[in-house]
Amino acid sequence: MKILVCISNVPDTTTKITFTDNNTQFNTAGVQFILNPYDEIALARAIELTDGGNGSVTVINVGEAATEPTIRKALAIGATDAVRINAKAHDAWYVAYQVAEYVKANSFDLILTGRESIDYNGSKVAGMLGELLDLPSVSIIKKLDIEGGNVTVEREIEGGKEILTIPLPIVAGCAEGVAEPKIPNMRGIMSARTKPLTIVEPIEVKNFSEVISYETPAPRGQVKLVSVDDTAKLVDLLHEEARVI
Amino acid sequence: MSVLIYTENAEGKFKKSTFEAVSYARAIADQNNTNLVAISIGDVSNDELAGLAKYGADKVLNVSNTKLKNFINQAYASVIADAAKKEGADIIVLSNSFSGRGLAPRIAVKIEAGLADGAVSLPEQNGGKFTVKKTAFSGKAFAVVELTTANKVISLTPNSYKLVEKAVTPAIEDFSSEGNASDFKAMIKEIVRSTDKVSLPDADIVVSGGRGLKGPENWGMVEELAGLLGAALACSKPVSDSGWRPHSEHVGQTGIAVSPNLYIAIGISGAIQHLAGVSSSKVIVVINKDPEAPFFKVADYGIVGDAFEVVPKLIAAVKEYKASA
Repeated sequence: MKILVCISNVPDTTTKITFTDNNTQFNTAGVQFILNPYDEIALARAIELTDGGNGSVTVINVGEAATEPTIRKALAIGATDAVRINAKAHDAWYVAYQVAEYVKANSFDLILTGRESIDYNGSKVAGMLGELLDLPSVSIIKKLDIEGGNVTVEREIEGGKEILTIPLPIVAGCAEGVAEPKIPNMRGIMSARTKPLTIVEPIEVKNFSEVISYETPAPRGQVKLVSVDDTAKLVDLLHEEARVI
Repeated sequence: MSVLIYTENAEGKFKKSTFEAVSYARAIADQNNTNLVAISIGDVSNDELAGLAKYGADKVLNVSNTKLKNFINQAYASVIADAAKKEGADIIVLSNSFSGRGLAPRIAVKIEAGLADGAVSLPEQNGGKFTVKKTAFSGKAFAVVELTTANKVISLTPNSYKLVEKAVTPAIEDFSSEGNASDFKAMIKEIVRSTDKVSLPDADIVVSGGRGLKGPENWGMVEELAGLLGAALACSKPVSDSGWRPHSEHVGQTGIAVSPNLYIAIGISGAIQHLAGVSSSKVIVVINKDPEAPFFKVADYGIVGDAFEVVPKLIAAVKEYKASA
């Protein structure tokens, strides 16, 4: 089985987010970039599914050379090989388009993404890839199993879950529950340096969106503290002042 | 041109988030001086469909094909894109629900539209620029995104736009659209929906527990408080990672982002990753025994005290309030 895992390079979860140039640029100074946590889950599942020589896992990233440490991390975790589309990830549409073109030229049985990237949180690439490739897509899955040529996934819905069976190939966006992220071992780290990383030039495509500016949430006022013995006052404040109950 | 709103239903009923999206789409239609057309797919009664007119849907397209009874994103995207074409709609609105996230990107590709996902306020349309504010960096910031395409798709974050009643006379039409043969590869085997619990992304009130609760056996009081308030349950990442609570309750940067009216955090210190997921809550209450817990810095109300002492007292106070209300 040939699996493709789409990965993105995102600011570490502990990053304090700030902007520069009159709030038009994300301030990357001092920011540690990591493999998107949901993509780690997708990668871990792909490695499990191909365990014991049962296929290969290719990771693909749309990014400039600076994303290579993240790609090497994915190789250290256990991906077979990697592809970097040499372009800035302009938006989800751009990324999906580039990946779809790569998939058309190199077929895969299963394409996994994370449910969303933790920077733009779009949950868009899986669905766009599905549409561009005319394949079924499931956007937020919590479980994925393969039997014969079919994949069974558990999809999150409000207040529950939905279980679907779909013939391969499909595109699926992985969330918590699909697999436990894997930590690279020493052998993985050593071998990652020599695993193939192919650089592919992007295909020109029209942009659909542009980020114009950023804002940070308005700060909240000073917290009003209520004593342990006066929970009735808290209820009163929530009812009378905040009007939320 | 017109605005098309996809009105998602759950077992034949529209949820609050659907009506929010209708109100939002109505306002966009008003910005552009045009009509709002709703499209409903599945088994929805005429009474329920007529309810959409209360929020300003001028016309409701009802697709009640048995093949389309259950949500299949691929097929629904085809039907909605088809309706957009037939209605001449250039702006499509839907809720950024779990299903909406599977649907919006497919529609956007079909009609070559820029997609603003997770919008939190009305678009601004100035000098030919169409911009939408959306959450970014998992709730740590917002991004203002310009959609540079003629067609546009916007998915609205639940609980971020108020319901606005604007009654019009309901006009319900049957709309026939089949989808493509290749749209139906996915087979739904089972749908499990717990009807007795409030779903987390839709909830007006969320009661959330952290490691301070010491173990899964102590969730009884959290559940009782949530039950009294009609709230959904949530938890911090360490709690779901330890298996005390299911992943579906994990709120935070790598879990679910919520924006309820009231978020009550019990025994959660407030790591930056957790705060990201709750920052758009309207009111935050923090109960923690550590007065230095970072969560207090972003809270509106707080009680410094041990959860095992505070929560039972809070339950008693809520019961008293409810008895007098």
